[in-house]
Amino acid sequence: MAQMTMIQAITDAMRNELKNDENVLVFGEDVGQNGGVFRATEGLQKEFGEDRVFDTPLAESGIGGLAIGLALEGYRPVPEIQFFGFLFEVMDSVAGQMNRIRFRTGGTKNQPITVRAPFGGGVHTPEMHADSLEGLIAQTPGIKVVIPSTPYEAKGLLISSIRDNDPVVFLEHMKLYRSFREEVPEEEYTIELGKAAVKREGKDVTVVAYGAMVHSSLKAAEELEKEGIDVEVIDLRTVSPVDYETVMESVKKTGRAVVVQEAQRQAGIAANIVAEIQERAILHLEAPVLRVTAADTIYPFSEAEDVWLPNHQDIVEKIKAVVNF
Amino acid sequence: MTILKHVLESVENQFETFQILNEDGKIVNKADMPELSDEELKELMRRMVYTRVLDQRSIALNRQGRLGFYAPTAGQEASQLGSHFALEKEDYLLPGYRDVPQLIWQGLPLHQAFLWSRGHFAGGQFPEDVRALFPQIIIGAQYVQAAGVALGIKKRGKQAVAVTWTGDGGTSQGDFYEGMNFAGAYKAPAIFIAQNNGFAISVPREKQSSAKTLAQKAIAAGIEGIQVDGMDVLAVYAATKHARNRAINGEGPTLIETLTYRYGPHTMSGDDPTRYRSDELNSEWEKKDPLIRFRKFLEGKKLWSEEEEAKVIEDAKNDIKEAIKKADQAPKQKVTDLIGFMYEELPVNLQAQMEEYQAKESK
Ligand SMILES: Cc1ncc(C[n+]2csc(CCOP(=O)(O)OP(=O)(O)O)c2C)c(N)n1
Ligand SMILES: [Mg+2]
Repeated sequence: MAQMTMIQAITDAMRNELKNDENVLVFGEDVGQNGGVFRATEGLQKEFGEDRVFDTPLAESGIGGLAIGLALEGYRPVPEIQFFGFLFEVMDSVAGQMNRIRFRTGGTKNQPITVRAPFGGGVHTPEMHADSLEGLIAQTPGIKVVIPSTPYEAKGLLISSIRDNDPVVFLEHMKLYRSFREEVPEEEYTIELGKAAVKREGKDVTVVAYGAMVHSSLKAAEELEKEGIDVEVIDLRTVSPVDYETVMESVKKTGRAVVVQEAQRQAGIAANIVAEIQERAILHLEAPVLRVTAADTIYPFSEAEDVWLPNHQDIVEKIKAVVNF
Repeated sequence: MTILKHVLESVENQFETFQILNEDGKIVNKADMPELSDEELKELMRRMVYTRVLDQRSIALNRQGRLGFYAPTAGQEASQLGSHFALEKEDYLLPGYRDVPQLIWQGLPLHQAFLWSRGHFAGGQFPEDVRALFPQIIIGAQYVQAAGVALGIKKRGKQAVAVTWTGDGGTSQGDFYEGMNFAGAYKAPAIFIAQNNGFAISVPREKQSSAKTLAQKAIAAGIEGIQVDGMDVLAVYAATKHARNRAINGEGPTLIETLTYRYGPHTMSGDDPTRYRSDELNSEWEKKDPLIRFRKFLEGKKLWSEEEEAKVIEDAKNDIKEAIKKADQAPKQKVTDLIGFMYEELPVNLQAQMEEYQAKESK
């Protein structure tokens, strides 16, 4: 076992899969010699050669198309989009092509692609670098969306994503890249996609979150423990498809729920979870299900992002509101 | 089919590097020497020196946490300011994230450039007479938009051009081709500048494309292309002036590739150029420095002195100090400000959020 940051665990997962399957290819802007702008691919080109780990010209639509073509030729591409804000440049490949190829070919061809990208706010990037766009892809049938919140899970989830025979968008919250270390086994292991994890057990209220908001939710839960409120925190880990079984089991136990997302309020992951809860568990509810989200503006200029992003205090408030309803 | 091979070869061989001043500041191409008055020549030097100081100070301010996002410009002064010097106030600028100097010389107040760097909305509220878009973060997007501005200018019958800058990496984007192709198809008055500084973050120019020059990419769009020594401010100026004249005369757009180099890191956000560039390469380019070369030229004409240079440096430092002070006075941003910029009239969801945040932020 080794102590790893999330970025190290991600590198480790790619190294494992490059070793494990000669069809795995890692490519993108600056991923070769430079090891990626966040060093996610650090050392991989050196270890596996330029044939397996390589720089592309600067064009996200090109990267997406290349991945699709390589997959058609039997490879297992792991392209990096340097920042998920550049999703719009590669949107046709992701939401108009790779997610539809199995469907269009009547189930005869697949696209085992894992599109990795950093995203998420709070690290003072220029615009179009920090947006939480997972909702756009989660709304797209034919593709899975995975968002780890810890180093341990990042490794297991990324290995599962790469081995999955359908396209996966794997989103890495920049704030979590180096925020803490934890024990990560050096040997390979997988974490099933589409399965949530209960990160903290509690009996009074369920908080559903993913990505960096898992940690804000845990912080809120700790704070509320002092006030005698027992909070259960669920980390979705995969936001498409969502593990509704785990969510419902918890909500049926607590009777109260708050859903948290860093993204804007309009549409998005949280809205869908609230809808499912009321369809499946309304008779168990003691209070309306509330959301913690950002405001419905464009992701703000960096100087304003700290006031804009939802934080643990916002979560505390909403939990109190459902508990005291 | 030997003919095919020869077509590519003959096209590529036609793209020689256009130069006027060599590394020693000597004129090597008298015929194309632009008609600039002594005052204008000095102004060009003044701007390059000023901008070099601005770069040094911006890097220092960034390190002190007093500036936000910053992409260093040293080395690219001739490319940026030589091209800008050929433009007029009525021209429309669509710069990339490294092209803040062009905006400043177009009239963007320095404190606003600083606010843009810090990520403050006031940095995007340009004065009305600065016809320009904020520095583009999405690589290539400005190229297609430039085609639109140029077509608009043409439809209105204005005597102006749309000018856009990107880098060598930017020339790989689909938007790059689309922009040139659209502008070419409409014979719209656009100038596309590709500043080839040899690297796109860490990726060397040779990995972007098999094309020997970036300038030759103009051919496929049916427009003129020229490769220029981007460390030679007179050559960049002359090429841009020529492109502007052609555009205004209805002869369509031009692609200008400037061969240049950035001395500093890609941006101040954690890039380490020693991972992908050698010291030898750095010093090879520093020998071509645009300021040294042009200073020699001006000194040879008795147009420039140490005192003059010292004065420009002093002026720049003072301006920067004042501008930082002014930027510090900008009001703290609120979520309610951001909500207010979303639509002409607030839709219901935002009306509710406006009230919610007003209550929160007035606490
Ligand atoms: C669409 C898009 N993709 C990727 C990036 C990330 N990125 C920022 S600058 C850069 C390299 C640009 O290189 P080049 O065009 O040569 O310009 P230079 O920075 O050298 O001036 C990259 C990949 C971006 N900002 N936008
Ligand atoms: Mg470049």
